[in-house]
Formats: sequence, structure tokens, C-alpha cells
Amino acid sequence: MSFISLLWVLLLGSLLGLELIGKVPPTLHTPLMSGANAISGITMLAALTLIVKAEGNVPLLIIGSVSLGFALFNVVGGFFVTDRMLAMFSRKPSNKK
Amino acid sequence: MNLPVIIKFVIDLLAVLLLALGIKGLSKVKSARDANRLAAFAMSLSVVGLLSYYLGTSGIAIQSWIWIIIGSIIGSLFGAILAKKVPMTSMPETVALFNGCGGMSSLLVALGVAIFPLSGGQENFDFFKSLINEVSISVSIFVGAITFTGSIVAMAKLQGWLSTPGWTQSKVRHFVNIVFAVASLIAFFDLINGNTSSIWLLVIVSSLLGIGVTLPIGGADMPVVISLLNSYSGIAAAAAGFVVDSQLLIVAGAMVGAAGLILTQVMCKGMNRSLVSVLFGGSLSAQSSASSGSGEYTNITSCSVEECALTLEAANKVIIVPGYGLAVAQAQHTLREVTKKLEQNGIEVVYAIHPVAGRMPGHMNVLLAEADVPYEQLKEMDVVNPDFPATDVVLVLGANDVVNPQAKNDSSSPLYGMPVLDVQEARTVFVIKRGMSAGYSGIKNDLFDLPNTSMVFGDAKKVLNDLIGELKDLGVGEK
Repeated sequence: MSFISLLWVLLLGSLLGLELIGKVPPTLHTPLMSGANAISGITMLAALTLIVKAEGNVPLLIIGSVSLGFALFNVVGGFFVTDRMLAMFSRKPSNKK
Repeated sequence: MNLPVIIKFVIDLLAVLLLALGIKGLSKVKSARDANRLAAFAMSLSVVGLLSYYLGTSGIAIQSWIWIIIGSIIGSLFGAILAKKVPMTSMPETVALFNGCGGMSSLLVALGVAIFPLSGGQENFDFFKSLINEVSISVSIFVGAITFTGSIVAMAKLQGWLSTPGWTQSKVRHFVNIVFAVASLIAFFDLINGNTSSIWLLVIVSSLLGIGVTLPIGGADMPVVISLLNSYSGIAAAAAGFVVDSQLLIVAGAMVGAAGLILTQVMCKGMNRSLVSVLFGGSLSAQSSASSGSGEYTNITSCSVEECALTLEAANKVIIVPGYGLAVAQAQHTLREVTKKLEQNGIEVVYAIHPVAGRMPGHMNVLLAEADVPYEQLKEMDVVNPDFPATDVVLVLGANDVVNPQAKNDSSSPLYGMPVLDVQEARTVFVIKRGMSAGYSGIKNDLFDLPNTSMVFGDAKKVLNDLIGELKDLGVGEK
């Protein structure tokens, strides 16, 4: 991938992000923040790449593994916690006793 | 193009599409939960795509598998446990912690690549390419470190582990932060000049900068800071994408970065603060202590729980205004019991949710949803404000600044211009509060001095429990 096309990717990605969130009800600010936060754990792919390309370099393997751990902590925790919050909203219809 | 490349290409495209749909869906109540799962699915799909690509091309060594599995299991396990165990009241801190770890991950990747350059691409040295590489490594480390230390400080402050040190409220902090910023710039140029060891300087100074910038910020602004740091972690991920040459990372990181920025802007608007004043203005309380906002209360009416119960019994329409105090007292379930009794007595009950009630936008909605409050009863500020004149009783539970009429009347007040709930328009206002301490902003609340306001002193949960008892004695809600 040439640097220029990567810059295009960056630009279009940013525009997409700006466009995606137009109106958010305040109710969803916290879950949205938490969900977006989980997505930022996408660096796990970078960590994986690092480990795969380490070619037996043990310090690099360890750095990659720790990085992967941090990223997955972010991703798994983030999605679970978002789901927990959102579960409370979707429970509403069943509660009219 | 061979097969693994095509497969990865298709999977990456699909993952980007699903992630975008996920973020989009998360901004609507109906679709939010499914959207979150969709995003989670897209993330796992992207991992499958990456691994199958390497399996199909260079192969993955056993040793790599071992380290992948170790890292994955430990990270996922801790993340899942924390997400399940953490109480709903400490959501902001939890998001901050997760966010910080995302930043740390980007930092480590960049550090790893900087110390041990990846194989391939280094054979034919290309000045332009190596420059881009160094710049993206530096950005990834710089932003990653700020995200990490900033988020940890934010978490510690929200948890009450850290207070705001006095010196951070003086002008000294600007000087200190500028020194850190300049030092990171020096480290950055030194790194590009080929001095690899200055990478450590960059790590240290940008970490300190993250601490220095976050430490002076007062609590009410914390959600904004967390949202901003969330945006940073997206930028860090995008920078890491340049480091390892991954389009998917760049797109996803850029999306999160931009979306986080928008969300930050929305939050700032809700508090009538500009991002600049949040970041550089220091905590609100420090400014206001000198201004006209702090005065003595002259006309406080305090009343007993019994009186409160009697007034409630005679009401037709009651509006509840929840705030952070409710979350701290964990009184949401007790509150629900009170409102159930009132409803059974034919009294209309509505909850007025200020956009920044609590410590985080949406905090109150989450809290009340946990206590099974029907979603339709939660009204946003603009919807509920015209209703106050026709309301008999307003119960203010642990909210303060969001019901301060100063924001409308007193142009010298630091709160002036912030949208507030017009509770003073109601016939009677009860403020349930532990004492006369000021709210988050540290500003006197004119509401308490008004003749139609009565203070009920006590812990929210205890007062509400007593209220249930009193209502029971009055026969409210028992047919």
C-alpha cells in the first residue's frame, strides 16, 4: 500500500466517522462512548501482526503478546460492558407488571 | 493476487462495513444492542481475516501461536471479569480504564516496531518510506502514551483515589505542560534524525504530558475528557495502522477518532462549556470561588419526611430530578418503590433527565433502567421543561447544578448560559440532600433560597426509605 493511498483511507475513514454520528440521544452517550472505545481496541490486529512477524525474536513476541492482552482487555471488556448497559434499556417492555 | 490476499481483502471490507453500521446503530435506542453485537462480530471477523491471511501466505510459527494464545486469554479474561463485576455507578471509570489499555496497546506496538524493525521493506532503504515509518511510530507512541496515562488519571480521579493538587490550578501547570510538549517535540525530531534511543524520552515525556493535562481537570468535566481520550485512542490505533501498514486499522481508528470528537462536542454543548475551557480552564470550582457565585444562604426552609409525604399524597403530577447523589447512594431501586406507590395512587410520575446529570451523559438513564423504570417515563430536558408550571411536586434527588436558576438569571455566574431544568416553576420543590454543601461546580444554588423550595436533609436512600414508610402510613398505593 502506498503512503498516499493510506492517507486517502485515513481521510475517508475520518469523514465516515464524522458522518455516522449525527444526532445521538443523551441516553446513548455512555453506551456509544463505550462501544466506540471497544472498537478502538482494533490495535489488536497490529499486535497480532507483530507477533506473527516476530520470527522467534522473544522480546518482540513478549511485547506483542502484552500489547495483544491490553487490546483484548479493551475489546472484550468494552463490548461486554456496553452490552450490559444496553440490556437495561431493552428490558423495558417486559416490565409492566 | 493470490487467494489469501483476496480473502483478506473481502473480509476487511466486510469488517469496515459492519463496524460503520455498528457505530451508526449505536446512536439509536432501538438498534443499539444489536449494533454493539454487530461491531463485536466485525472485530472477531477481522481477526479471522488477518490470521487466515498469514496462514495462507507466510504461515504462523508455533511459537507465535503460543504468545497469541497467552495474550488473548489473559486480556479477554480480565476484560470479561471486570465488565461483569463492575457496578453500574462506576461506568465512567471503567470506560476510562478500558480506553487507557487500548492506548497502551498502540504504544507497545509502535515501541516494538521501533526497537526491532519488522522484516521486509528494510532491504532497499528508502528515505521517504523510513521517514513515514518514524513519523507514524512517533505519533502512535505520543498519542498512545497520552491516552494511557490520561485515562488512568481520569479513572483514579473519578474513583476518588486522586484529588486535584493545588498547584495544578495555578498558572504553573501551563508552564509544566508546555515543557513536556516541547520535550516530546525535541524527542520526535531527534528520533527522525536517527537517534533511536530518544524513543524512550518520547515515551516518558508524553506519558507525563498525559498526566499533566488531565490532572487539573475537575470532575464535572471528566466525562468530556474521557470522551476526548476515547477519540485519542482511535487516533493512536490509526497511527498504529500506518506502522504495520493496515488499512482496516486506519479506517477503524479514524472512525472512532472522528466519532469520539463529535460526541465530545455534543457533551460540551450540553454543559455550555467549550472544549478549550475544559482542557485549559482548570476546574470550575477554582474559578467560581472568587466570583459572585459563592454567597450565603439566607432563606432555607427545611422540612421533615412526613411533610414531604403529605404533599406528595395530595399531588397530581410529580417530576423526579435525579442526579449523581442518587447514584452514589445507590437509591435507584428505593426510588422506584416510591414512584410505584405514587403511581398506584393515580399520581402521574415523570423523570426529568438533564443531559449531563450524573457524571456522564446517559448515566441516569442507565441507572434508572437498572431499577426497571419504564423508558417512556424518562423525559429529556427540552421535553419536560414546559411541564414544570403544571407540576405539583418536584423531587430533586442528588442533583444540584442542573437545577440552579442562576444559569438563567445571573449573568455573572459561571453557570450562566448552561441549559437547566426549570424546577422552580413547579408549585413545590423538595430537595433531598445530605447537607448544604455546594454542587459539583462549587457554586451556590439559588433554588434552595426560594420560598417554594424545601430541603429534606439526609442520605437519599434513607430519606426514600422513610418516605416509603410514611406513604404506607398514609395508605398511599394500597387499595
